[in-house]
Amino acid sequence: MSVHEKCYYTESHEWVLPQEDGTVLVGLSDYAQNELGDLVFVNLPEVGDEITAHESFADVESVKAVSDVYAPVSGKVTAINEELLDSPEKINEDAYGAWFVRVECEFDPSELMDSKAYQAYLETL
Amino acid sequence: MSDYIPNTKKAQEEMLESIGMRDFDELFSMIPDSVKLKQLDLPEGLSEFEVQRKLLAIANENYVYPTVFRGAGAYRHYIPALVKSILSKEEFLTAYTPYQAEISQGVLQSIFEYQTMICELTGMDVSNASVYDGASAAAEAAGMCCERKRQKVYISQTCDPNIIETVKTYCWGKNREVILIPEKEGLCDIEALSGLLDEESACVLIQQPNYYGLLEDCTKISEITHAAKAKMIMSCNPISLAILPTPKEVGADIAVGEGQPLGMSMAFGGPYLGFMSTVNAMARKLPGRIVGETVDADGKRAYVLTLQAREQHIRREKASSNICSNQAYCALNAAVYMAVMGEEGLKQVAHLCTSKAHYLRKVLIEAGMVGKHDQEFFHEFVLSSSVSSAKINAALKEKGILGGYPLSETETLWCATEMNTKEEMDECARIVKEVLSCA
Amino acid sequence: MCQNRQGGIIMRLIFEYEKQKQSVYLPECDVESIELSQKRERPLHLPSLGEITITRHYTELAKQTHGVNDGFYPLGSCTMKYNPKINESIASDRHFTDIHPLQDESSVQGCLKVFKEAEKMLCEICGMDAFTFQPAAGAHGEFCGLLLIKKYHEMRQDHKRTKIIVPDSAHGTNPASAAMAGFQVVSIPSGEDGCVDLDALRAAVGEDTAGIMLTNPNTVGLFDKHILDITQIVHDAGGLCYYDGANLNAVMGIARPGDMGFDVIHLNLHKTFSTPHGGGGPGSGPCGCKAFLKDYLPGKMAEENESGLEFVQPANSVGQIKAFYGNFLVVVKALAYLYSLGSEGIRSSAQNAVLNANYLMHQLKDHYHVAYDTTCMHEFVISLDKEKHEQNISAMDIAKSLLDHGIHPPTMYFPLIVHEALMIEPTETEAKETLDHAAEVFKKIKEKAVSNPQAVHEAPYMTPVRRLDEVKAARELHLRYVFDDEK
Repeated sequence: MSVHEKCYYTESHEWVLPQEDGTVLVGLSDYAQNELGDLVFVNLPEVGDEITAHESFADVESVKAVSDVYAPVSGKVTAINEELLDSPEKINEDAYGAWFVRVECEFDPSELMDSKAYQAYLETL
Repeated sequence: MSDYIPNTKKAQEEMLESIGMRDFDELFSMIPDSVKLKQLDLPEGLSEFEVQRKLLAIANENYVYPTVFRGAGAYRHYIPALVKSILSKEEFLTAYTPYQAEISQGVLQSIFEYQTMICELTGMDVSNASVYDGASAAAEAAGMCCERKRQKVYISQTCDPNIIETVKTYCWGKNREVILIPEKEGLCDIEALSGLLDEESACVLIQQPNYYGLLEDCTKISEITHAAKAKMIMSCNPISLAILPTPKEVGADIAVGEGQPLGMSMAFGGPYLGFMSTVNAMARKLPGRIVGETVDADGKRAYVLTLQAREQHIRREKASSNICSNQAYCALNAAVYMAVMGEEGLKQVAHLCTSKAHYLRKVLIEAGMVGKHDQEFFHEFVLSSSVSSAKINAALKEKGILGGYPLSETETLWCATEMNTKEEMDECARIVKEVLSCA
Repeated sequence: MCQNRQGGIIMRLIFEYEKQKQSVYLPECDVESIELSQKRERPLHLPSLGEITITRHYTELAKQTHGVNDGFYPLGSCTMKYNPKINESIASDRHFTDIHPLQDESSVQGCLKVFKEAEKMLCEICGMDAFTFQPAAGAHGEFCGLLLIKKYHEMRQDHKRTKIIVPDSAHGTNPASAAMAGFQVVSIPSGEDGCVDLDALRAAVGEDTAGIMLTNPNTVGLFDKHILDITQIVHDAGGLCYYDGANLNAVMGIARPGDMGFDVIHLNLHKTFSTPHGGGGPGSGPCGCKAFLKDYLPGKMAEENESGLEFVQPANSVGQIKAFYGNFLVVVKALAYLYSLGSEGIRSSAQNAVLNANYLMHQLKDHYHVAYDTTCMHEFVISLDKEKHEQNISAMDIAKSLLDHGIHPPTMYFPLIVHEALMIEPTETEAKETLDHAAEVFKKIKEKAVSNPQAVHEAPYMTPVRRLDEVKAARELHLRYVFDDEK
């Protein structure tokens, strides 16, 4: 399972990738997509929604299960990846390219795991 | 007594012994004595002969009207013998929901065919596998349209009261507001509607033909609804859809209706069939089962329940509906009826209904009753009379005729279908004339 | 039939036959022909077929459908018992089928009597005071019961009661129904023994508790022996107790939900009371309640008066949850069953349902891991969790292998609190011989799975189709047949 070096991670396997404009992209890790299996749908919030760290802001569906996706940060959604609505398989194919939402927030990397810490965390599972 | 338990007393004892139990009391020892029942206060069981005699005696306390001129949500149509013959196949009757697709292709394919036929009737892109009835279909459809900022449900006063009441109950459950759109001369008051809608409006629900049998201007209503960014739901009589513009053509987002006219008997109100169909954009909001086409491990075309992650067994409290069992066998009934009647047959039924209802209205007015509305109608219409509807219906009952449904002391909702002959209608008019002239 | 590219036989859709001459079902119009001004423009694609083609089409579909008549059907939580034929025969009598729901009451006394008789008998079996038959299915009955609870608190002006407690082992319909009635769902974890954890329950109840929803026996097939404590805790907190009747088959005639402290209940006539499932309905989900809730019931109730029976609308009814009075013909079938069984038959049905389940469990427990190794009620759960991890044999593999032996698989992957679960409910209408045979098949499959896991991964082999590509079905939605001129 791959881990993206520049991302920060939660224990529930969401990743955060800080952008140059100060926003962050949020997605699901490669480990998570592998555990969930073939994804067939994703429910995303709307642009303008406020999301709260540790609370569910989206969900992903496989054939027989639905799983919540938890916000790694608190902030305002400024964009959603509409491509995922038509092609949820992108999450399976390229977990770190398939961002869910762009969020405007005050991002503090120290609250999450960096790639090394996440790699170590995965080894404990 | 027949309890359908095949194991003899001896076999039961052997089985008890093999699991190390003395008797049934020991087997049930995990139930605390404090909640154990001594004896049910019910009669002893009966033989099959006695059950049949007893229940048919109860059945005979009902009166089957040889002639029916009543609709108001339940309609008497001709059901071909072939439909009944196919429906008697017990594989369909005794199967569960087709969770195990490999041994359920028959049920699954029949639902796929049903979904296709409902889409054809309504012009829509997607249909579900059915819900309980037309009224609950309307209530579920209203739920499909509600979002965080849009929670107000508008329903025309000209809808069937059963639909209005059911929508109200479902909305009360979800703490949603229901607003009735007033009636004007038997139709939905379009001017009033445009004044009522706002940015919190979720949907507008219209019945076509409406409760009084009249044809609404659905195109206009859908324009107004969409101008307010709300969704338009049409509750339709499926027979009428063979000849009327489809809900899709007039701009509806969701088409629902009572499927009972599609080959189901009146059965004192059920089981019936709620059909639901919608446009592609709202497909995932449809409640209940949906069958999709796919392939098996050998690449062979096959059918399976799909989009299941919307449903209660996976999404639990976040599911948009709690529906589990639906009316699958009734959906099969409707599909078989449509397959047997075909396009020509269904159009013929619709045409006969229209023609006969117009004839019935004509002869009843000639007999002295008064037309309530002048608008175009399908197979139902309202008449008023100087004599009470109860009195007229009592006179008709003596001749085996079920007269129109009383809406008030003097107003009656009449219906004619392909089952009514010219002679029956003339006879009905003759009796009505007699009652009116005696008054 | 036509050949597909792999050479196997695929069923034609009813739309894929060439146009044929149809039979004539209706006479010519005997009155003036009327055309409406609003007209359908869009073509209407329905089949045009001769009767022989239609009847063969559906006969073939019937052959590809496994019903209770076709073989053992131990689908847990679904009570797939035998559907007595006398029930069907009586329900097809025209004095029941040809009755308009809005006929005058004097002409429908038989229908009203069916409702009243069924109500009286179900009240006695459940220890309730009234039943409405308006709910069309189990989930509809749950919705109805929760509306009664909502109304009860509303009438008492107790507006803070917004939460319904549901154990994590509950059927998915429970939380979904609670949400439809506007409640928030509080999920409580089950104890080690699969039953309600009393401490967790005590911690969960409070001033905001509207009620609890419970199945007893619960979804792992065990009778919760603390049931009186549970209902007491909820009542003391001011909430009401709802009984999900899905598993009533285990206790009817032996213990009554009303005596366990429940206030509201729904039944599944299509499970416990032998009416057929019809491939997914119509069912019937009558909702019963204690006297203090009777005024809130939906629809109309059949009540006795001087001259017979009449329909009466309850004073503070929650409204209607569908049109008319429910799935009437299903109630007729259930009443036929109740008359057949009577007091003793009802009790012995529960006894034999529990005996058959324990007998089968006993035969399987040396070969499969039984999730709760104690005397079960009418069903039991086995878990393939260990095999999944150690040998990569899943519950799905066992289930799909059963298909090749003509046995309908148990409920898979439920309850959620047991991993790799198979939930087995034989019902009382199966003979010992059938159970012995099924046990042999289960054992054989396990042996095969251990010696050749790949063989069970690919099962079934003998069914009309093999395992399906469900991911494709969900990703590439193809939900109707598309006609050539619509492409």
